[in-house]
Parts: sequence; structure tokens; C-alpha cells
Amino acid sequence: MVTIADYGTYETAWCPGCGNFSILKAVKEALTASQLEPHQALFVSGIGQAAKAPHYLNANVFNGLHGRSLPVATGAKLANPRLTVIVESGDGCNYGEGGNHFLAAIRRNIDLTLLVHNNQVYGLTKGQSSPTSEEGFVTKAQPGGVASTPFNPVAVAVAMHAGFVARAFTGLPDHLSDLIQQAIAHRGFSLIDVLQPCISFNKVNTFAWYKKRCYQLPSDYNPADWGAAIKAADQWGEQIPLGVIYRNDRPPFEEHFPVLNQGPLVGRDVDRMMLKEIMEGYA
Amino acid sequence: MNRNSVNLLIGGEAGQGLVTIGQILAKSLVRSGYSIVVTQSYHSRIRGGHNTYTIHAGADRVIAPLETIDILVALNEETMTLHRHEISPDGIIIADEAFGISDDVSLRVPFKELAKQGFLNIAALGVVGSIIGLTEESIAGTMDKFFGKMDQKTAEENRLALSNAFRWTTGRSVSFSKLPPVSDPPKRLIMNGNEAIALGALSAGLKFYSFYPMTPSTSIGIALAGWAERMGSIVEQAEDEIAAINMALGASFAGAPSMVSTSGGGFALMVEGVSLAAMTETPVVIVVAQRPAPATGLPTRTEQADLNFVLYAGHGEFPRAILAPGTVEECFHLTYRAFELAERYQGPIFILTDQFLADSYRAVAPFDVENLSPVSPGSDPASSSSPYQRYALTDNGISPRLLPGISMQLVVADSDEHTEDGHLTEDLTVRQRMVEKRLKKGKGIRAEAIPPQMEGDKRPDLLMVSWGSTKGAVLKAASQMRHTGKNVSTLHFSQIWPLVSEQFMDYLQGAREVVSLEGNATGQLAGLIRRESGFLIEKQILRYDGLPITPEYILRELTK
Ligand SMILES: Cc1ncc(C[n+]2csc(CCOP(=O)(O)OP(=O)(O)O)c2C)c(N)n1
Ligand SMILES: [Mg+2]
Repeated sequence: MVTIADYGTYETAWCPGCGNFSILKAVKEALTASQLEPHQALFVSGIGQAAKAPHYLNANVFNGLHGRSLPVATGAKLANPRLTVIVESGDGCNYGEGGNHFLAAIRRNIDLTLLVHNNQVYGLTKGQSSPTSEEGFVTKAQPGGVASTPFNPVAVAVAMHAGFVARAFTGLPDHLSDLIQQAIAHRGFSLIDVLQPCISFNKVNTFAWYKKRCYQLPSDYNPADWGAAIKAADQWGEQIPLGVIYRNDRPPFEEHFPVLNQGPLVGRDVDRMMLKEIMEGYA
Repeated sequence: MNRNSVNLLIGGEAGQGLVTIGQILAKSLVRSGYSIVVTQSYHSRIRGGHNTYTIHAGADRVIAPLETIDILVALNEETMTLHRHEISPDGIIIADEAFGISDDVSLRVPFKELAKQGFLNIAALGVVGSIIGLTEESIAGTMDKFFGKMDQKTAEENRLALSNAFRWTTGRSVSFSKLPPVSDPPKRLIMNGNEAIALGALSAGLKFYSFYPMTPSTSIGIALAGWAERMGSIVEQAEDEIAAINMALGASFAGAPSMVSTSGGGFALMVEGVSLAAMTETPVVIVVAQRPAPATGLPTRTEQADLNFVLYAGHGEFPRAILAPGTVEECFHLTYRAFELAERYQGPIFILTDQFLADSYRAVAPFDVENLSPVSPGSDPASSSSPYQRYALTDNGISPRLLPGISMQLVVADSDEHTEDGHLTEDLTVRQRMVEKRLKKGKGIRAEAIPPQMEGDKRPDLLMVSWGSTKGAVLKAASQMRHTGKNVSTLHFSQIWPLVSEQFMDYLQGAREVVSLEGNATGQLAGLIRRESGFLIEKQILRYDGLPITPEYILRELTK
């Protein structure tokens, strides 16, 4: 029986009151509820305040480079598909520096869960705009306000028929924990874009700002309906929908590799007779 | 006149099937027991452009590409114009009679009478094959194997074109002496450098390979992709080179021996990942197949100008090894070795090759793949301390490496500076210990460095210093000079980092004169030797026009 205590408690490098704390707690609860043991999980992260999260629980961790967590996670999952792989990083990491990997991971539909701590700002580097910052958002680096329109990750993921697309808000931690469990259980790529206030650098999209706008999709909402999902994904501003926005059951990427039917690549012997045969094809 | 070897160049446009006949000819030669060195030169385009496929073949071992052409197979008129001056005094030209050449060294072939449109290259193949002394059966056999299953009609046209060409040629009196037959030819493979790298990787236990296509590295991926299912490995074309190296690191972290390959531009994108491999102490083999740069450069030509780039790539200080194969055999063996080193020292290990070697087919003895044991990733969880510390400090800097998910132990790897248990830290004492730990591994790598190969008198009048793919040309030039009575030796580096000066200082100091030979414009190895040993090599022969260094090039430059 896995209990939340198995995931440990650590001192963090986050600002008191940061939304990251709720995410960390929801992650631990979801892992416990999924009855996953720490050694069965691999957390992969990039660089940023969000990306430090895996250091604050007991699990296998690969804390890599800014923006590059998805490729690392993809390689690890292919090498050992038995690992439950969870990628945790910020909006800058995933949608900015690692944007190309985000698109590729959706296309591959590799079985992993991407948890984006989306605070609409670069936290660790002290408050520059991120790809999800609102137009006009003023920072020291953008004193005249952000001139580009924000990236809508949920809409992009739905448009690309991603396997599982959800949005959550740190103000609703139980809802978030439930989504994480669903995402872990989903076979294929799962995105959870978590709206997370940054108390130090985002004075626009505050806890109250989100609280006023976020609402949970009604129980008769059908996430299998792509047309409805595109509409929900596009909703932003006065009303922001939360929940599973879209899902399908495209086969996961790993299924395209027959070699994985025999289990993980790890520890598998080299078939030297086959290798000899291949070599002799060059005679 | 008797000949022991022949250098034949097939020239034409892309799309004329010159690589096809080059390949079939090369294979037939190897199967008939001849040794070969193939040089491919092509434009970065799919149709048109002037391309050549050169085969230097001999009854005895041949090791280098040659410039002087014995047989010029001109599939178009441009080939005549471009290569006429390279033909040896007893050489001949094989060309279509329609080109209207009046040259007396030309064999004017009525190709239209010998083969239908679309099969003219096969007719040309028959003519050359017959002239150099191959049998029609041997070429036909190679051709069948080369084309594999094809429709009856095409196969028949191929055979018809071949036998018409043989009949036509046999009826001519061609003043070109054939290669002597090789009796009881030993079993040989015909393979290029990239294929040997792919095979070497598999023999070392490669399980994961990711890449983004870039000439001249792509054929490694093509070979591995073709074998992946049979060998139980995964090949993934990544969205970019940054993803390629990061995927390989993820797979390696999880326990799959991993490799990436690319060329200079793609490697530039991978560089942050090199540093990540070093910091997280994750094994990875990185193949850089050089081509002329900066930027896109000459995509399909050759150069050796990325030595410094690969040597210094990656921010921060960490150990690495750079292996630079000089032959197809070395491509195999050094790739195998790269995997061993990567696994033992848990970090980035490089193979530095180039377009010339990548595309150069050679006859090689079969490798002993049955008896080479693959690396075994990770250490035994049963003998690890608990709680496990991924970066435990040890005497030689090597920490036991457990794999995630294989035992109850948790494995934590971090690109930030980290404590022994892998968690990020800003403790500056720990930082210092960790820098020292990583660098300690460099001592082990250094102790295992492959010494440069010295050939010839230990106190020569001239010592030629070279690295990587120029090996054959340098050895050949030296042996030719020895035939004219000169006291010449060679010192060839197949590992260029770590460079251990004790291994070669005596040779440099013992020579009356030292000259370095490199396929770049600034003498990068010579510079590195100077930095590491203090020895200044004043005379340098450099080549940076995109073509490989040849024995003739060396001899010309030496007499300047
Ligand atoms: C290659 C590279 N570029 C830039 C940085 C500096 N950097 C670190 S974190 C970060 C942005 C973090 O923003 P986000 O991913 O949204 O995470 P947050 O801190 O907001 O949680 C940047 C630009 C880096 N570490 N590496
Ligand atoms: Mg952020």
C-alpha cells in the first residue's frame, strides 16, 4: 500500500504562497491514489522554478536542460516503457524554449504526462514575458508591454488531436489531482496546462484573477467531441474552462515499435547470430 | 604492360545511374578478390550536377584514393572536359560514340545499339567490367543481388545490356591490360565507413539511436533503421538535433546504450546536450561526420575542420575522448571502443569522421561480431549502498550507475550542480568536490588513450603527421617516397583526445623534419600538438577545397 508519506517532504526554493506548492501536493496525491511506487515513476524536468518540483518528492528524476525535458522523457520511455513518465516544467520551458518538442511529442503521442506549471511568466529569471503572457503585459524586459499575442497551448494541442488535453487551476487542487490521475492512466500523450499564479512576477494574472474566471466544464461536456473541444480550448478571457477538454484513443507511439513487445530495451542481449547475418549481407 | 591496380572514374549527372554501376562494379571487384578504395564526389542535388564515383582497385591491398585515372567512364560530355587531363599515359576513355570524340585513347561505344534507353549505364558497366578483366557471370551475379527482387522485364533488359556490352567489348582490340586474376580470394565484405560505424555500434550493444538527417552522417541512420527490428533496437528521427541528443540521453539514462550522429551544423545544435551528458554523467556516443563549413558550407564534400569544435564543444570543464578512424575497419573498432569508454566513464565520447570516409567503400575482412561482448549498462543494484547516491564520490571519479525502475533504488540525475544523491545544490564546497570528481574520470580516459601509430624509421629525414581519414593517403605517399630512396616515416593519430605527449614526443624530436597533413586550413592537430607538447610543427600541408587528401596531392605539395 503506497501512502503519501512514501513520497517524502522536502524543503523547497519557492516563494511562500507560490502555486507550485499546490501542484506538488496534487502530484503526490495522484501518485498515491494511482498506487504507484516511487521507483516506478520517472520525473523529467527542464529548468525554471517549476522544473525544480521533481526534487521535492521521492522518485526517479532526470532534471535536464531548459526546454528539453520532452525529448529526454521520450528517450527514457522508449528505453523502458514500464516507467510511468511525468514531465514537469514551466510555460517558458515547454512552450518557449522547447516549442518544437511540444509539437513533436503531440504528434508522436508518446505515453507520458506533461504537467505545465503555466504562470504566464518567466519566474526563475525574474519576470520576463513568456509565450503565454498576455498582450500588453509589462515587464522590465518588455517595458512597453508584450507586443505578441499569447500562445494557447490547449488550442494547439486540441487542433493537433493530442491524446489527452486538460486545463487545471492551482486554486482547485483536488480537481488537479484527479486530472493527473486520469492523465497517468491515459495511454498516450497527456497535457495538463495548470494555471498557476506567480505571486512575485505576475501581478496581472493573480489568484483572484483566475478564481473569478475559471469554471469547471459541465458534466455533460463530451471531451470526445473535437468540434466542441476546439471551442472550449479557444475560450479565454472572462471565462476559462477547466477539466478534460479533449481526449481520444489514438494508439500510443510505443505501439509502433514491435521490438517493445518483448519488454524494455534495457538489459536485452545482442543477438550476435543476427548481427553476423546482417554483416554477411555485405559480402 | 602488366598492371596490379587500376583507378577508374565514372562521371556523369545525378540521375544517370552512376552510383548504381559504381556500386555493382565495386562489389564485383571485391567478390573477385580485389582490394578497393572508393571515393564519391557529388553535388548537393538530386538531378544534374557533375558527380563522380572513383574506384581504386588492386590485386594487392590498396589503401588510398588516387587522382590519376586509368579508365575514365564518361556518361556525359562534361565528364570528358573535366577529367581529360587526369588520364594516365596508358589510360583510356569509355564514352558514347554520339559524343563525337576523335581522341585516340577513346573507346567510342555505340551505347544505343547495346541497350535501351534507361539501361545505358548497365551497358557502360559491361564495357568497363570486360576491360578490367571481370567476368560477365560475376557482374551478373552481383547485379542480381544488388537489385534484389525486380520485375522480370527489367531484369531481362539489365542482363541483355550487360551481355551485349561484353560481346561488343570482347570483339574490340582494346589496348588496356587487365587486372591479374586473384586465386582463392579470401572472404571480404564491401562496406563504407558509415556502415562500419553502424555495425560497430550494434556489436557494442547499441539499443537506441536518434538523428536528424544531415549529409554525410545520414547513412548511419539509414543502416541502423534497416536493422532495428531484427536487432531489437530503436531508431528515431528526431524533430531536430537538440531533440536527438536529449532523447539519446534519456534512453541512455534509462539503460539503453545510445548514439547520435550528425555533421557540424547539427552538432552545433547538440552542443548544450554534450555538456548535459557530462554533468548528468550519462553515457552517449556522438558521431560527427565532417563536411566543409562554416555554416552550410559544401554539404557533400569533405573536410577535417571540426577537430577544435568537437574538442571544445560544451560549456564548462569535463572529460571527453575523441576517436578519429582512418579506415573502414577503424570505423567499426573505434565505435565499439567509444561505447566501452562512454559506459565506463559515463559521459560523451566522440567519433570524428568525414564525408570521404563515410562514403568510401572498401574491402574489409569480416569483423568478429560473435566474440565481441556488448557493454552492459549500469551496475548491480544488489551491491549498491542504500539510499543510493548517483554521484557518490569515489577515488577514480566513477560512481556506480544504477538504472531507474530496475530496482527499488531511486536514481536522481541533475543538470544543476548537485549533491552526491543527485539533488540540486548551491553548496560551494560540494561544487568544488563535484568538479574534481568529474575531472578525475579524465585521468582514466587519458590512461587508456590509443597511442598514435608510428611507421618507418624512428629517426627519419621526414616525419609525416596526420589524423583520421587521411591515413591511407599518407601511408601511400610515404611508401612511394621510400621507393625513391627517401627516409620517410609516418605518425598517424586515430585518437586525437586526450593527446598524451609522452606517447609521441620522441618521434617528433627524432625526425630531421616534421610535416603535418590535414584537411583543413589552419592546421588544427598541429595546433593541438603544440599546445599539449610545446612542439612546433612548422611545415604543414593543408587541403580545404572539399576534396580528400591524396598521395599525389601530398607529393606535389612536398616538392613545392
Ligand atoms: C538554454 C537556456 N536559456 C536560458 C536559461 C535561463 N532560464 C532559466 S529558467 C528560464 C525561464 C523559466 O520560465 P518557466 O519555464 O516559465 O519557469 P518558471 O520559473 O516560471 O516556473 C530561463 C529563461 C537557461 N537556463 N537555459
Ligand atoms: Mg513560468
